[in-house]
Amino acid sequence: MDLKLKIWRQANTDSKGSLKDYQVKNVSADSSFLEMMDQLNEELIDKGDDPVAFDHDCREGICGMCSMHINGEPHGPESGTTTCQLHMRKFKDGDTIYVEPFRAKAFPVLKDLAVDRAALDRVIQAGGFVSVNTSGNTIDANAIPVPKADADAAFNAATCIGCGGCVAACPNASAMLFVSAKVSQLSLLPQGKVEAKERVTSMVNQMDLEGFGNCSNVGACAEECPVGISLENIARMNREYLSASLTSSK
Amino acid sequence: MANSGLLGSSIAKKYWMSLTGLFLISFLIVHLLGNLQLLDLSAEGQEQFNIYAKFMTSFPLIKITSYFLYASIVFHAVDGIYLAIQNRKARPERYASYKPNRNSIWASRNMGLLGTIILAFIILHMSQFWYTMHWGEIGMDANGNKDLAAVVIKTYQDGTAGLIMALLYVIAMAAVAFHLYHGFQSAFQTLGINHNRYTPLIKKVGAAFSIIVPLAYAIIPVFVLMAKN
Repeated sequence: MDLKLKIWRQANTDSKGSLKDYQVKNVSADSSFLEMMDQLNEELIDKGDDPVAFDHDCREGICGMCSMHINGEPHGPESGTTTCQLHMRKFKDGDTIYVEPFRAKAFPVLKDLAVDRAALDRVIQAGGFVSVNTSGNTIDANAIPVPKADADAAFNAATCIGCGGCVAACPNASAMLFVSAKVSQLSLLPQGKVEAKERVTSMVNQMDLEGFGNCSNVGACAEECPVGISLENIARMNREYLSASLTSSK
Repeated sequence: MANSGLLGSSIAKKYWMSLTGLFLISFLIVHLLGNLQLLDLSAEGQEQFNIYAKFMTSFPLIKITSYFLYASIVFHAVDGIYLAIQNRKARPERYASYKPNRNSIWASRNMGLLGTIILAFIILHMSQFWYTMHWGEIGMDANGNKDLAAVVIKTYQDGTAGLIMALLYVIAMAAVAFHLYHGFQSAFQTLGINHNRYTPLIKKVGAAFSIIVPLAYAIIPVFVLMAKN
């Protein structure tokens, strides 16, 4: 298939970007969206042009590295899918495809379609961990009883791959779905409950510092999430934050 | 600079939106039940409404609640505007291609716009009735009570102006309907109430409330306008 692409080109964070028109011919319907981008880049390199920068790593839908806002949606039109798992058979010959970076003040564009998502890492650093002593006397995790329902909910929250698609989808560029998944995956388990109050307070504080928007329960995040993180996590974080604010010793 | 705790953080600002919003929802019910009395425009009906209006503006407990209500409206509006500005700043560069209807409903993304329409209506509505009742020029009925019923009738039966006022009222109620359709269930989610068993019920009650209550309100000015003989 032949495609027309409108791709955001931006030399660096400080420069002004714009949409540029490209054409790719003979794209296989079986190739992934990233492979189509590779094909374009090879043509650009052959011509001596600057290839389009975009993030990618595992290309099997589990690392959360690929991004891109494709035809008005993060990770493209197919639901429950990362960009690397989006296949060109979802498009038609002659289609015009808009390819833009994830847009948020907290995600500055590094170059073209690659954005800096380190803000999410800093939220994790603020409290997304369990302070377990690992110096040799760690207790076997299986020795601690965990109710099945809690284990399942924690596991579901932990499937968040941290891609930032929720931020990209949210009209407010809010990171609440990501932060709430990371809060939930720990606070639901006995090992994480100990530090739950400090964790939720620190992570929300860091989230606010990074300049993400406020949650208005629009729900676009959960609709666009490639791994199906649910809005229940946001409610859980709202509960925990309220309880932590009212009862923490600080 | 972010603030933690129950005052400055992003989540706290939402708690306050939620709590003031739920309080305003409870007001909508009381206000509607009282003002449905205007569907009786007989002389006795009007006098009865004026007795009710006097009670609502003089009974101490209701007066105290009304100050709390004014504060809630102002707080809900100011907090909402502040949140909307922050949200806009969080995405300085917009998308060239943006298909939000594929992942969310229109009302949920336009609470600020809907709220602004509602605020403008509240200002108009209070200047027409609340201000007139307290400090404006107002006649007396047979019982010697301020004749608010006559003010209402004049407002919506006054030729073209009355028609425009009734129309603005209906438009504002449409905005209230959309605002509530998202806001009702959103308030519960913000407070952390999300449960497999109860959330579907909350959403259904919210949807029904958002249609029935504004519709019942909208009937009042239309009825008064149509009652003109």
